[in-house]
Amino acid sequence: MAQDIKPPKAASVKRENNQCWAYTDIVKEHFLKPRNFVRDEKKMKGADGVGTVGSPACGDVMKMWIRVKDGKIAECKWQTFGCASAIASTSMLSTMAVGMKLEDALKITPKQIAERLGGLPSMKIHCSVLGDQALRAAIEDYEARKHGKAK
Amino acid sequence: MKIIYFDNAATTPTRTEVVKAMAPFWTDNYGNPGSLHAKGFEARAALDKARETVARTLGASPSEILFTGSGTESVNLALFGFCRANRQKGNHIITQKTEHHAVLDSCKALEKEGFAVTYLDVDKQGLVSREALERAIRKETILVTIMYANNEIGTVQSIQELASVARAHNVTFHTDACQAGGALDVDVRQLNADMMTLNGSKIYGPKGVGMLYVRAGIKLQPVIYGGGQEGGLRSGTENIAGIVGFATALSLAQKGREKESKRLAALRDYLISKVLKEIPRSYLNGHPTQRLPNNASFTILDVEGESMILRLSEKGICASTGSACTSRSLEPSHVLQAIGLPKEVAHGSLRFSLGKSSTKTDADYTVKTLKGIVEELRKISPIRINESVMRGR
Repeated sequence: MAQDIKPPKAASVKRENNQCWAYTDIVKEHFLKPRNFVRDEKKMKGADGVGTVGSPACGDVMKMWIRVKDGKIAECKWQTFGCASAIASTSMLSTMAVGMKLEDALKITPKQIAERLGGLPSMKIHCSVLGDQALRAAIEDYEARKHGKAK
Repeated sequence: MKIIYFDNAATTPTRTEVVKAMAPFWTDNYGNPGSLHAKGFEARAALDKARETVARTLGASPSEILFTGSGTESVNLALFGFCRANRQKGNHIITQKTEHHAVLDSCKALEKEGFAVTYLDVDKQGLVSREALERAIRKETILVTIMYANNEIGTVQSIQELASVARAHNVTFHTDACQAGGALDVDVRQLNADMMTLNGSKIYGPKGVGMLYVRAGIKLQPVIYGGGQEGGLRSGTENIAGIVGFATALSLAQKGREKESKRLAALRDYLISKVLKEIPRSYLNGHPTQRLPNNASFTILDVEGESMILRLSEKGICASTGSACTSRSLEPSHVLQAIGLPKEVAHGSLRFSLGKSSTKTDADYTVKTLKGIVEELRKISPIRINESVMRGR
């Protein structure tokens, strides 16, 4: 009977990218000492825009608060539920965004954040770098409020 | 920095006695046991002796012991080898949802070869019920494979009882006992197991050595072909140093088992109660008593596992998590999902697996450190999971 058996589907030799620990020193630095995170949410009450993205079930949630002055981001604060690269990338983004014109901040990509961190494992870029979306949501919230359509 | 190694379920250090027993087989006694000369005889004698030691420890006979390259390989040989050789008797396999991927992925591959597989559910604590197994057995069932103890949540199955159910129906029973080898009774006569997998790297032995017990009379088809070593069931020149190391480690682990398991269980319970007391919104995963003496697995709400273990690592503590972030699948662990934990909390799992060197001081330092880390990560976290999802845990 053995000869009737079909072997399992063949797989080519490849190296799976499962090296979660391949973090750079910059990632480590931002993960262990995150910049601009919000310890007390109450203090962010007067923020000009707030955005939240992600879901707890997927393992990443990011919330971002911004204050805007003269069309530029004067303050960028955040909270994150997620892995080391989620925390580090949000922290890094918050340092990048401050001082940026809103239209430029909207153009920040996960790839740029990853580059500033000295690189991230490729699977981590897809699953954990959501800060740019949170920032975009916060800017949109700010724009909506400005035009009297606050949510 | 002092390292507190609380990841003994991943792998254990190799004990000094084992290293010592292995050493000559890399240098002086380098022979191939297949050779007909002095060096070969020397190696053959060591191989035979190791096999006898293992057989004696497990209550088996030497001809029932096969050496392989890993626990995973043993599982593959047990599953593929048995199913392919016994296909004419039926095409149905029964396993359960919290098995190691060695079993689950082998079963998935066997499905592609035309076998039907039932994946039994477990309860909230990770136990398979005898009744569920009984109900799942049908006339085509040829194999039941259920792990002895779970690597993530530590739940110990009632193997003896489950194996008896299989035996009563004349179905062959395999158990993956990799996590149990150093902590529980692995006498195959006591367990009623027809096949049993063990490996060296979890019992203070070497990595790269596995063992499969196959009860006399059970037919297997090889998975690896070649020179016909291990009774033709596992070709490839025998890893004598590894095999000697495995036999030494198993025999030492089983000799000291009762005393060490008692010590570890007390330390485990101390750690568990301290974590649950000191860290708000934390829960124990797995069975409160029917669990490995060295396993303490938790769910901690509102924080993610990888963040916890990397911050623990910064403080010298080695732990593990079932969070998606440490898997390739981006899904939290199948074990945590099988015991009914919603994904949003499964991401916050944390496992400490204690070992020979673990002390109460280690546990105290770990809880104190973890407490600070969880507080800090909760401050960063924007979510607050409703505790009602953990009702009844």
